[in-house]
Amino acid sequence: MNNTADFKRPTRTPEFEKRLAKRYRAERTFKLMGQGAIVFSVAVLIFLLGNMLVNGIGGFQRAELAVPITFAESGLTGDEVSLTAPSAVQTLEMQGMAEVVQLFAEKALGERGADQLSDQAWRDVAAALTADPALLEKTEPMIFNLPASSDLASGLAGEGSPEMRALAKDLVSQGKLAENWDWAFLSRSDATSPQAVGIWGALKGSIFTMLVTLALAFPVGILAALYLEEYAPKNRWTDLIEVSINNLAAVPSIIFGLLGLAVFLAVFPNLRSAPLIGGMTLALMTMPVIVISGRNAIKAVPPSIRDGALAVGASPVQVVFHHVLPLALPGMLTGTIIGMARALGETAPLLLIGMRAFVATPPTDLTSPATVLPVQIFLWSDEIDRGFVERTSAAIVVLLLFLLLMNSIAIYLRNKFEKTW
Amino acid sequence: MSPITLILIAIGLGLAGWLAGRAKAWSFQKAHPQSRPASRPIYHAWYVAIWVVIPVLVFISFWSFAAPDLITRSVLTSMAAADLPSFGFEREAWLAEARAVATGRAPGVFNDGAEKLVEPFREAISFYTWIGLAVTIVIAVGGGIFAFLRIRPDFGARTKVERTVMIVLLLASLVAILTTFGIFASLVFETVRFFGMVSPVDFLFGTFWAPDPMSNPDNPDGSRYGAIPLFWGTIFIGAIIAMIVAIPLGLMSAIYLTQYANPSLRTWVKPALEILAGVPTVVYGYFAALTIAPMIRDAAVSVGVTNASTESALAAGVVMGVMIIPFVSSMADDSIAAVPSAMRDGSYAMGATKSETITKVLFPAALPGIVAGIMLAVSRAIGETMIVVMAASTAANLSANPLDRMTTVTVQIVKMLTGEGSFDHPATLSAFALGFVLFLVTLALNFAALRVVKRFREAYE
Repeated sequence: MNNTADFKRPTRTPEFEKRLAKRYRAERTFKLMGQGAIVFSVAVLIFLLGNMLVNGIGGFQRAELAVPITFAESGLTGDEVSLTAPSAVQTLEMQGMAEVVQLFAEKALGERGADQLSDQAWRDVAAALTADPALLEKTEPMIFNLPASSDLASGLAGEGSPEMRALAKDLVSQGKLAENWDWAFLSRSDATSPQAVGIWGALKGSIFTMLVTLALAFPVGILAALYLEEYAPKNRWTDLIEVSINNLAAVPSIIFGLLGLAVFLAVFPNLRSAPLIGGMTLALMTMPVIVISGRNAIKAVPPSIRDGALAVGASPVQVVFHHVLPLALPGMLTGTIIGMARALGETAPLLLIGMRAFVATPPTDLTSPATVLPVQIFLWSDEIDRGFVERTSAAIVVLLLFLLLMNSIAIYLRNKFEKTW
Repeated sequence: MSPITLILIAIGLGLAGWLAGRAKAWSFQKAHPQSRPASRPIYHAWYVAIWVVIPVLVFISFWSFAAPDLITRSVLTSMAAADLPSFGFEREAWLAEARAVATGRAPGVFNDGAEKLVEPFREAISFYTWIGLAVTIVIAVGGGIFAFLRIRPDFGARTKVERTVMIVLLLASLVAILTTFGIFASLVFETVRFFGMVSPVDFLFGTFWAPDPMSNPDNPDGSRYGAIPLFWGTIFIGAIIAMIVAIPLGLMSAIYLTQYANPSLRTWVKPALEILAGVPTVVYGYFAALTIAPMIRDAAVSVGVTNASTESALAAGVVMGVMIIPFVSSMADDSIAAVPSAMRDGSYAMGATKSETITKVLFPAALPGIVAGIMLAVSRAIGETMIVVMAASTAANLSANPLDRMTTVTVQIVKMLTGEGSFDHPATLSAFALGFVLFLVTLALNFAALRVVKRFREAYE
């Protein structure tokens, strides 16, 4: 029997079977390694995003003390006119509003609790008052949730000193201290205490910077792409332009920061940390990305379109601006949005041109000092106060959401307008 | 009046010119419906608009530079400037203050002496504002009238407009050359200044890096400017640790995705990798500094390494490697896909298993492309800034222990330029010399990668 089997399948010797099993084993191991690589990459992504999200949720909350305030007994004076004037907050500060709030807090929380009210807590009350001056007449107490000090906040989180932890426990059991949603995080600006910070200032700076970048990089990038793809003669100059665009796309972003520092800030020394300069620097960085993706979009337009237009008598400029450009535009927009998303997340060049100042008021125009979202994240990550950890993650969540939004728009555009000719 | 207002006025006038030009061209056509004008009315409209807007824009860009100087000069010749401090810092400060008050940017002056200058400043500003406005309008209207008068049925407006369009396109593409030149010139200029103070030999071959931004700038100590530890740290973090992570993971995921995975898995995993590539580097830096670095330190301590640092090269390098994975993966993906399928089919026909085909046929054939991809990945890793700024140390160390503190070129550039040092100090200028080295190295890597890819293409076509 054995002999016939050998005869039928002469190569299937025991050694062969062993070798085959080994080869299959190697095959399985190799495949497993591939799966491992994928699983690892995806796991890191999930861990990274999950980590930011979990911490970030904490950053959208803050420890708040419940303080009942009876305005009629506060001794604060004012009428509709003075309380809606731009100087209303200063007027209230002169009247000793901070002390008044402190007094009510002492009544409700005891001295030790009231000491842990954030220094700037009265501003929240002042804001409520300027929004509705009629509150000043109210005789029944109104409960305000005011930010606690960062010491008490870390006590509530189970960190910090033992006394603070005990005090926090005490106040929580009385229902006077709680971790509340803090949506005003999205509308405040930078501050020294993690309890009082917000990201609106940085976000507004980012928006201004991106507007400048878009206004400069988009037209220049599109026009350069059109020139190189449609008109450029094959000569040394064109080669030089192409080589420099490809190089610029590969140059580390920090080099653009050095350029901005040495050139833009030398020309406009008064505009340090202005969104205008930041936007110009990022525009130089984004332009090559737009040119390269724009050229690919133009290449995708079939030559028959051009030939058809030329055949009915269109001039070369008409061919491009009436036919090629409209067809290539969705692809160009996709590339532009991706380039802008990269610029939005860029930090290093902006650090060098000084957009790292402490900016407590949102910028009002393109030349006022500003910071941007990624730089704000970097600055907060350097803070020693533990309360900033969660705030930083919250800022990262906001930044990632913006990037996700931009990339989704790009993908939508690509899917909607993508044509196969 | 800011340049933006002037530009808006110019655009408004341009629109008026556009409408006027079109109306005139239409009127010709109405008068002689049978005739065939040389250009369509819209080109006449654009012709007028170009003549209105472009000269004005040239004037505005010149004026926005010249006007502040003219204002200062006229203030200095006024009576009030007589008691201005004659020279130096104080004089500048007074002028700046008075200007700020006059433009409404500051509520009041700090030095009493500057008070008197506010009024002359106000007068000069309003005077030159009116001049700027008047010249803008004169140029715009003049250009518009000139162009308007040239509109005739037989006037070839289209060719003129198209020539302008071509010039604009050419100028747009020249921006790239200008940028490259700007980078090169500014880096070279500052680097030469730096080498005037510190010898290039000390810089390129010294092994001790500790510039002191507070020292006397006239007599720098060249022995403190040895950049070898920075170059080593950059290579160790970016080209060794990061690549040890990124090359196997990136290659294997590319191989798995292209050769094994079914399409439905691919449609999910590829975007996930793209997300990994799209995460801003500042987020990676935060992740490295707050999560990975303490983890690595604790792990090192638990196996008995006592001097492990939370700013270890390993943490920064590993996270940088993760950041580079998608990059390596997509490069490898492209070059494996470019291998002719006949080679793969031949290997299968000989009875090779999938993994044998990949490692013995596809991989060697795709190797030049993969090598080029890795070179580009290295060039990205060594130019990466935020991860190392946040997770690596600022202490320059010449060590091969991945748990040691180490610093990189980019960390030092950021440190030197965000510190307190003055702009003329060699410590600050050293950042430009480091930037220049970084620029040259990344360029060389990119050129080399391009070369490798070109050879690879010739081999298979």
